[in-house]
Amino acid sequence: MIAAYLVLLIPLLGIVLFAVAGHKTDMGKTNVWLNAVCLLATLWLAINVLNQGTLLSANKAFLVDAFNVYLIVLTAFVGLTTSIFSAPYMAHEQALGKLSAKRLKLYYTMYQGFMLAMYLVLTTNNMGIMWVAMEGATLATVLLVSLYRTPESIEAAWKYFILCGVGIAQALFGTILLYYAAVQIGDGENAMLWSVLYENAAQLNPEILEIAFVFLLIGYGTKIGLVPLHNWLPDAHSEGPTPMSAVLSGLLLNDALYAVVRNKMLVDGASHNNMAGYLMMGFGLLSFLVGALFLHRQKDIKRLFSYSSIEHMGMMTFAFGMGGAMATFAALLHMTVHSLTKSAIFVTVGHAAQMAGTQRIDKIRGLIKTQPRVGWGLLIGTLAIAGFPPFGVFTSEFLVLLATMHNYPWLAPLVLLGIGIAFAGLFRHIQPMVYGEKPEGQQPVKANLWPVIIHLGLVLWLGLAIPGFLAQWFSQATLLISGSTPL
Amino acid sequence: MNFEQTDFYTQAILSMAALVGLTSFLMLGQGRLLRLIFVFALQGLLLTLTTTLAAYSLDNPHLYISAVLTLVLKVLFVPWMLRREVLLMNMHRDVQALANKTTVMLGGASLMVFSYYVLHPIVQTTSPVMLNALAVSLSVVLLGMLLMISHRQAVAHVVGFMSIENGLFFAAIVATKGMPMVVELGIAFDVLVAAVLFGIFFLHIRTSIDSLDVDLLNRLHETDDAKPDASAIATGVEL
Amino acid sequence: MNWLIAIFQTALFVALAPLLAGWLKCCKCYLQNRKAPSIFQPYRDLRKLAHKQPVVSEQASWLFVTAPYLIFSATVLAASVVPLIAVDLPTSASADVIVMVGFFAFARFFLALAGLDVGTAFGGMGSSREMTISSLAEPAMLMAVFTLTMTASTTNLSEAIAHVLGEGLVLRPSFVFALFALLLVAVAETGRVPVDNPATHLELTMIHEAMILEYSGRHLALIEWASQLKLMLYGVLIANIFLPWGIAESFSPAALGYGLLAIMGKLLVLAIVLALAETLVAKMRLFRVQEYLSFAYLLGLLGMLSHIILEAAR
Repeated sequence: MIAAYLVLLIPLLGIVLFAVAGHKTDMGKTNVWLNAVCLLATLWLAINVLNQGTLLSANKAFLVDAFNVYLIVLTAFVGLTTSIFSAPYMAHEQALGKLSAKRLKLYYTMYQGFMLAMYLVLTTNNMGIMWVAMEGATLATVLLVSLYRTPESIEAAWKYFILCGVGIAQALFGTILLYYAAVQIGDGENAMLWSVLYENAAQLNPEILEIAFVFLLIGYGTKIGLVPLHNWLPDAHSEGPTPMSAVLSGLLLNDALYAVVRNKMLVDGASHNNMAGYLMMGFGLLSFLVGALFLHRQKDIKRLFSYSSIEHMGMMTFAFGMGGAMATFAALLHMTVHSLTKSAIFVTVGHAAQMAGTQRIDKIRGLIKTQPRVGWGLLIGTLAIAGFPPFGVFTSEFLVLLATMHNYPWLAPLVLLGIGIAFAGLFRHIQPMVYGEKPEGQQPVKANLWPVIIHLGLVLWLGLAIPGFLAQWFSQATLLISGSTPL
Repeated sequence: MNFEQTDFYTQAILSMAALVGLTSFLMLGQGRLLRLIFVFALQGLLLTLTTTLAAYSLDNPHLYISAVLTLVLKVLFVPWMLRREVLLMNMHRDVQALANKTTVMLGGASLMVFSYYVLHPIVQTTSPVMLNALAVSLSVVLLGMLLMISHRQAVAHVVGFMSIENGLFFAAIVATKGMPMVVELGIAFDVLVAAVLFGIFFLHIRTSIDSLDVDLLNRLHETDDAKPDASAIATGVEL
Repeated sequence: MNWLIAIFQTALFVALAPLLAGWLKCCKCYLQNRKAPSIFQPYRDLRKLAHKQPVVSEQASWLFVTAPYLIFSATVLAASVVPLIAVDLPTSASADVIVMVGFFAFARFFLALAGLDVGTAFGGMGSSREMTISSLAEPAMLMAVFTLTMTASTTNLSEAIAHVLGEGLVLRPSFVFALFALLLVAVAETGRVPVDNPATHLELTMIHEAMILEYSGRHLALIEWASQLKLMLYGVLIANIFLPWGIAESFSPAALGYGLLAIMGKLLVLAIVLALAETLVAKMRLFRVQEYLSFAYLLGLLGMLSHIILEAAR
């Protein structure tokens, strides 16, 4: 359990460090180191969980099981690679005069604040604290979205703040209802703990829980970016600094989905009519299709990929909602590969936008001719995210499709159609950007592409062969969520 | 169960619920910002009273802390901040014409009915008093959203946002007799940070678009590029 | 015997009404840093007016002369319905709250007709405004009163008060709303600030004063007296329905005396509140009166709804 505390303490230390003495250090490097240490701590935690099974802290405040520990590691990993990318990127932005040193300090402080909130969402056992941390993540990122202080970025941040604030308030109402159902059967102090609720799920009042789940899904669903609550997402992604888009897409959306799935496990324990599942399937499929369609209309490269995030989150929500071993397994795998791929893509997109000096798709041309590594990175990343074999996204999407055919055959054409539309939508924009003629004055920038290479390599590996320990890990998590194993 | 037979605490809680609901309606129909803020502070005060009452009659000392937090945050700090902002922007003389007040009010009434409808299944397992309390708090939440939709000023949005929090807080106090202390402290902390962030945002919005009218926040469109080149703005309006 | 007490109570009503008006004026004067007249000043005014010869316009018809008597007697009859110091009186048993509202409407009808009768511009203007306001105030008032009568399951005021008394202190959300609604309506109906200002003859704003501009002498005295009576009547209605404690439930002299003291105390306080409100609030424009009254109606409606939703037996 010490590892879990360590995971929380390191970002806290980071916040204090950057807030107090940020200007005296090389913040970019310090940020990388902090995240690296944090990753080590999470790996230690993961080994503990692998050896000992579910860990529950002494006062039951923290819970780490097979489901969240892999998300914790993923969070730390994406956090680390993004920080590696962000150091030169932010330095470049500062050199361009877009940012002052003070803003940079704010950026790094909030980066660590965001990581802390993410770890807290994942490790806490208390549904109330989970909400608080989720709101905390919003608050930490709101100022990052408006970091450039342009009217657009302020508008985006305002929308993000208001929409997510209002949305997440619904989740609090759901949490209160959950607690209300829980105090009816047991003691007040522990009634908010997930582990206690899960044990007694069968006794909870199903009616109240179903109502609560609707609110929880709407609330956390705003964060996931489910249609029709997605409006903030493209704006926030496109106007904030690119490393922020990478962590928002790669981590925040996942963690919100994690919160929903945790709650779904409770509701499924109490009621047996699969209402929660159907709701998630409906919202998920809608987001998937709408996200895919909107890909075609984008003019801004970051908005393009944020719609792709909406689409993929929709697919995961759909898969989790479908339940069953195979779908859950696929959703977990998809969560991983999507996080890795999407953050890699945002890294290359950031470099591409810096090269072209704009985020407009029709102004970005000839990337391969200007700086081949960035161009190829973007092309391969897009291939991966569109679900091309042999990448991991293909595997998970294929599994989702299989599960759909098995459980709800009449939905399979829709899923297939969505994948096709998304594929076309991405490639009609990407192709001219990557090939095409190089415009005048487009210069290569100093770029660190190791994060991209590592991420895409991992995704490729996951697509070719899922390593044994990881497969076992996913199976354990699947067993926890759906009650049966796929293998 | 007849109303006369319930204990005094229940009666008081129901009266408070009714009054909190009323303040939400008052806010909804309010065109003047200063009055809106005043009614909001009033709602906070009602909430403080409810919390104190609950703390006293349930003998739950940690609710006193919540009451004090509510008093400081929702009755004093946030209204003070908003009021200062309104006076600073010289907006207190503007009467903001609500486009269709009648429709909004009717919408509010139907939201109230809707919240009763949504929560009605609960009545089978619990007392009708709880149903009422929860339904009123849900409708306060929904009315807060409607307030944000129908008003155009950023200040009104903040009031709506905070009144949503009020509704949630009321539900927490009345239905579950207060949540565990850590959670309540966490929520209070979040509200505080949110309030401070709103303050910062007002500053930014004011300096960037020179108004607090959110209708002017319309640069980000889904389609057709009304949006000028991002980098041009970044260099042009860098503050 | 009971009838005697009923008549006595009505007489008391009529006799005390100018006193309340005087006290209210005193309070206002103190609050506005003015030297207050004696609280018996309204009696002196009435006596003075009663001794003067009324001047009646040549154009006036019989209606103009009879109206003051009709108005005054209708108001007195309305007053006899409201329990002042005791419940279970035969007058209040024979008529209920709807009758009382009917008497008010009757008096107002004749007042408006009399205002129109002479054909001056002010009279017509006043009448039209009075009817506008009352058409908005009456539904609000009825809505508030119905909330109370639904709780007591009777429209009879005396029985309703007895019901509230018998129940003891019950905190009802619906009563809170109804109380506020009734207070707002009372202010509008008795022509006080912020709806009308009884102290001025400023042409553009006056409502009540505009209608009675042509009256003089004993006719004016009667109308003034009737409006004082109406003020007191609303005061008693509010005080006795929401806080009925002290009202006599038997007819022993001690209980009646106690009841008299209680109602006088309540009115004393209520008048202070009213004076305070009149001092603090500015008179509003005529076109905003409808907003004010629709708010009162909303409150009444909410009272009714919260009675049905929050308090209904399940």
